[in-house]
Amino acid sequence: MSDHAEHSGPGHIVSPMILVGTLVALLVLTFITVAVTWVNLGEFNLWIAMIIATIKATLVVLFFMHLYWDKPIIGIVFVTSLLLVALFIGLSMTDVDQVGPQRIPDYAPAVQQSTGS
Amino acid sequence: MSDHSDHPSYLGHHYDTVEQQFDSGKLGMWLFLATEILLFAGLFCAYAIYRKNHPEVFIYAHQFLDKNLGGINTLVLITSSFTMAMAVRMAQLGKKQATAGLLALTLLGGVGFLGIKAVEYEHKWKHGLLWGTKYRDQDAEHGTPGEHGGEHGTEGETAPGEHSLRLSLPGVEIAHAAEDAGHGAAGNEATSGEAAANGTEHAADGTEHSASGDATMSEGAAAEGAQMDASADESGEPAPIVGGEAMPHSGLAKGASQPQGMAAPAEAGEGHGTGHKPSNVHIFFGIYFLMTGLHGLHVIAGMGAISWVLIRTLRGDFSAEYSTPVDLVGLYWHLVDLVWIYLFPLLYLIH
Repeated sequence: MSDHAEHSGPGHIVSPMILVGTLVALLVLTFITVAVTWVNLGEFNLWIAMIIATIKATLVVLFFMHLYWDKPIIGIVFVTSLLLVALFIGLSMTDVDQVGPQRIPDYAPAVQQSTGS
Repeated sequence: MSDHSDHPSYLGHHYDTVEQQFDSGKLGMWLFLATEILLFAGLFCAYAIYRKNHPEVFIYAHQFLDKNLGGINTLVLITSSFTMAMAVRMAQLGKKQATAGLLALTLLGGVGFLGIKAVEYEHKWKHGLLWGTKYRDQDAEHGTPGEHGGEHGTEGETAPGEHSLRLSLPGVEIAHAAEDAGHGAAGNEATSGEAAANGTEHAADGTEHSASGDATMSEGAAAEGAQMDASADESGEPAPIVGGEAMPHSGLAKGASQPQGMAAPAEAGEGHGTGHKPSNVHIFFGIYFLMTGLHGLHVIAGMGAISWVLIRTLRGDFSAEYSTPVDLVGLYWHLVDLVWIYLFPLLYLIH
């Protein structure tokens, strides 16, 4: 638990090297996020941006927020909230995909005219 | 308390050990952070739904955000997250001066972030890049006159906001359809007027602009309960044709409009060829201000919490044995950073 002799309280003390490393990684990833927008990859731009953001968020959570050294219950709480968010947004997206176009009468750009009205 | 003769002052009497108190505090903080994540998830969900339905609005509107300022703010917030993590480390080591210094730096980061945010907000306020009816059309803003500016000049300039306001008067159902204004919805009469206007504008592009302008105008009346047929008759030559089309399938409107539903109000003044300007841009700014505003409130709250632990640090409340409040405030500050990590690419870096 304690890698420092002078440390007598609870909780893990993160080494400064890990914190500096995390900071550098976050700054580099921020630059990459911006740089990716200079290239047009169509749909993939959004996905790349989200993947990079998720890597950054993971670094922040694991090292700045100590989750890496925390008890499993903390991870369970955090991951549960993420699962709920995924459920929330994921189901909404399937709704937009499938039900959305039909909900607004006659607004269905991808649907053939004969199925309209 | 007699059985806790070694009970330190910072240990609550309902805890057996310092370790137990620390674990409880941490779990409680993380539970709170989980609710915070879910709170923001509501706004992210609104963002996702609107972006999926109307990608053209996001592609058009995001260019009014300053990528550089957004990027600098990202760096500021990440750096302040780092100083916070260092402050927690110093607090755990019982180094009072270093902790206070790092907390002050973190606070400075918060001030910097809000300062830059204020510059961005002020710019948007000046140019009418705002939510709802406060949004001002950007061509009008830059002084480019529309083709039939004389006919309904100022009316046209405020079209997007004005439009949805008018349509939303009769009821929720119509208001809902109004969000998709210009997509040629023919389910109710008000929006079929919309469809008609949309179709006419495309069909009559160039030659019958003033007539189609009338159609656009009259659809406000249609929305307020007048029969669509009546408004179509009033609007002159092209409207009856379109009205006939619009009732069964709104075929003309659908065939003529852009696949993504480039909409009527914005295009009413688009004869001068400024490219595709979608309608309902104000909804992007509504989402933008809600998300960044809620995030900004969290920055302010975080700064308040940091000030509190800074004062307590200077007062000497913390030691190597006890620095849990610094740790927990740190967690909150990192969450604020976490939210911004997603907000920055989603709002500023739309491709």
